[in-house]
Amino acid sequence: MPDEKKLFKVTIDNITIEVEPGTSILQAARKIGGDVAPPAMCYYTPLKGSGGKCRTCLVEVAAGSTADPRPMPKLVASCRTNVMDGMIVKNITSEKVIDARNGVVEFLLINHPLDCPICDQAGECHLQDLSYEHGKEGTRYEFKRRTFEKVDLGPFIQLHMTRCILCYRCVYTADQVSKKREHGVLDRGDHSQIATYIKNSLDNDFIGNVIDVCPVGALTDRTFRFKNRVWFLKPMDAHRDCPKCSGKVTLWNRGDEVYRVTARKDQWGEVHDWICNECRFEKKETKDWVIEGPTKINRHSVISQGHYVGTVKPREVLTEVMNGQAPRLLMDIHTVSEVNQPQIELSELPGPATGDVFENKNPKEK
Amino acid sequence: MGKKLLIDRVGIEGIRYFDTYRKHGGYASVEKAFKMAPADIVEEIKKSGLRGRGGAGFPTGMKWSFLAKPEGVPRYLVCNADESEPGTFKDRYLMEFIPHLLIEGLVVSSFALGSNRTFIYIRGEYAWIVDILEQAIEEARQNGFLGNNILNSGFDCEIYVQRGAGAYICGEETALLESLEGKRGNPRIKPPFPAVKGLWDSPTVVNNVETLAAVVPIINMGGDAYSQIGIGKSTGTKLISACGNINRPGVYEIDMTISVEEFVYSDEYCGGIPNGKKLKACIPGGSSVPILPANLLFKTAKGEKRMMTYESLADGGFQTGSMMGSGGFIVLDEDQCVVRHTLTLARFYRHESCGQCSPCREGTGWMEKILNNIEYGRGKMNDIDLLWDIQRRIEGNTICPLGDAAAWPVAAAIRHFRDEFEWHVLNPEESQKRNYGLANYAEPREVVAS
Ligand SMILES: Cc1cc2nc3c(=O)[nH]c(=O)nc-3n(C[C@H](O)[C@H](O)[C@H](O)COP(=O)(O)O)c2cc1C
Ligand code: SF4
Ligand code: SF4
Ligand code: FES
Repeated sequence: MPDEKKLFKVTIDNITIEVEPGTSILQAARKIGGDVAPPAMCYYTPLKGSGGKCRTCLVEVAAGSTADPRPMPKLVASCRTNVMDGMIVKNITSEKVIDARNGVVEFLLINHPLDCPICDQAGECHLQDLSYEHGKEGTRYEFKRRTFEKVDLGPFIQLHMTRCILCYRCVYTADQVSKKREHGVLDRGDHSQIATYIKNSLDNDFIGNVIDVCPVGALTDRTFRFKNRVWFLKPMDAHRDCPKCSGKVTLWNRGDEVYRVTARKDQWGEVHDWICNECRFEKKETKDWVIEGPTKINRHSVISQGHYVGTVKPREVLTEVMNGQAPRLLMDIHTVSEVNQPQIELSELPGPATGDVFENKNPKEK
Repeated sequence: MGKKLLIDRVGIEGIRYFDTYRKHGGYASVEKAFKMAPADIVEEIKKSGLRGRGGAGFPTGMKWSFLAKPEGVPRYLVCNADESEPGTFKDRYLMEFIPHLLIEGLVVSSFALGSNRTFIYIRGEYAWIVDILEQAIEEARQNGFLGNNILNSGFDCEIYVQRGAGAYICGEETALLESLEGKRGNPRIKPPFPAVKGLWDSPTVVNNVETLAAVVPIINMGGDAYSQIGIGKSTGTKLISACGNINRPGVYEIDMTISVEEFVYSDEYCGGIPNGKKLKACIPGGSSVPILPANLLFKTAKGEKRMMTYESLADGGFQTGSMMGSGGFIVLDEDQCVVRHTLTLARFYRHESCGQCSPCREGTGWMEKILNNIEYGRGKMNDIDLLWDIQRRIEGNTICPLGDAAAWPVAAAIRHFRDEFEWHVLNPEESQKRNYGLANYAEPREVVAS
């Protein structure tokens, strides 16, 4: 019988759990779950070497360990700091952490185009989630935002560098999952960018996974571009016999139509079974797949709305406030709103979009 | 005259060449050290109290004793010659005028640490110094101080010079190692520290040029004798590169017993402020350290004389003190504009950030833009508080100290010269025509001298 492994006791936001030595603070906090788990924009469990960069997961270590209970002088990146026995960590119970995290979110947003209305990632974007939780209304940034031209990196992937948060996940993915890395980070500082060195196309097998790891809408699926909003689609687990990969995917359907295929993600948005380009880009009919059933989604509220785990049917508020009368006309905001128009390139505006933008650019209004 | 141990011989004609250098006592420390056990050399360095001259001032002997020594894994010594901090140009002087001192220090240190392959990572712009160093290495090899079986000790050592490609961040030790391995120069996330996992995953010591050169006099005179020079934990001599509004800019070797006032006004060193101008402020340790107004430069907040030592320069913490840093001593007279000066530094850090972590990548650019507005008469009063807020949220929240180095100069400028920032905001037109001048920071010379 193997020796019983000694577990480390760690206390995060006053909740104590036991984890194996070598566990990071982030993973320990995820075991507790809920708000105790720090947001992680760059760390990605399956990608070796990832993490440490975005600084959203900073936490305070109030006591290093039982053996050395001194607090750590600086906030640490929970994704890259391992727990020690007797460690005491403060995440949401630390004012310093909340303040620093608000700062990080502000930094990530100052140069972000905020073009969610025309971004395919909207609804499953980690930056959106983060901003809802930690962002402020309005901005203190009064300068022209950094912009880049959109680039098609080959037939499948579009790069919208303006939206990139430089988490490096796609770089690690190309290194570790696809056969060959043909893109990377060029230049440095606030002028660094994800790019291929001399226009290259990204089309080797498995490179499509960069779309799944990208926490924002910087890398999107060209075969899905502007086809639909993710929250109108029904995610279903499905599989096929694939000679190249596990063939385990999520299909995003509307009616019987397959709009896109992605790898399956866990509640933290992490992929464990990488899928090949063929499954992702070329198998877009229901008959290509064995459907297992609806995907369990419980974190990204927008997508889970209506159909999935643990959700409650909303009250019929309208009839209630209208004294029992049913409303005569209900319109889908996305079909009537001008904000949902792909032809207006929000990311090219120097400041936040206002009503004027839509009125001036939209011929119907004139 | 203070004691000189490093650059006392630079005036000798031909000291750049092996024969002359050897005639003047060169490579004696190698002969002495190779009769000692490596652990005893480390012990001597510990006794000497030598602290890293690259900026952080970490005790060198202690760093060396942390080096992991697993069986069958090579160990590396890497000399950090990337010197790119604005205001710092001491390593350049040492390598250019007395290159064999560095090579000698590297041979001794490599022996002490067991590094058979030692690297000098040199700033790309120092192109001509690469030739000087390579010539010195070749001379040392031909004379049996490098190569196989040095002085019949059975110890082999080769030194390689690698040029950087023009990035300040590659002076940060782990970014340097990445670059040396041929990768993008992004700082690594620590731990693991280089002493455990450094170059090609092997235990590595990274030291500054001056640190490694100081090993030579320490071995020659003994660690105890070296530790007698200086005050307290600031032992030995230190190279200071002085620039700005002074009569005699240049590289000076000081033993750490003189006062800041003496350094600025003595004709042996800076020789005072030219053109009868008054002193306004000084950055005593390279662009990353906090700027000090004249009234805090010569005396600490406690009223004690400020000395050119690690402890005294840092006296008062960041509230009223600064740091020895890398020894880049920048002097500003009454005609200099602190806002403009801070903008220049902010531009530098924005340009040099590697861009890995969000606070440094985005924050440095933001600070530069705000400072640019203030400097050019477009600033608002709450911009000053905003600047403060931005630097506060960069500091301490990044992977490497470049984030701090970008935050500190802004913080110190606002802390000590807030009135000048406010004057810029309130007088947008006038501030384009003239500088603010001295204001509250009258030259304190008389006060100190009394
Ligand atoms: C942004 C940055 C730039 C640096 N540049 C240099 C440099 O040019 N030369 C240097 O010796 N140390 C530099 N350092 C310090 C090194 O990281 C390291 O501490 C030093 O080389 C250790 O040598 P020492 O112990 O001999 O001082 C830099 C640090 C940072 C954060
Ligand atoms: S493109 Fe996406 S995955 Fe790649 S670095 Fe940018 S945000 Fe990260
Ligand atoms: S602090 Fe700046 S330079 Fe250092 S790792 Fe982060 S982004 Fe790069
Ligand atoms: S998730 Fe830890 S720093 Fe990005």
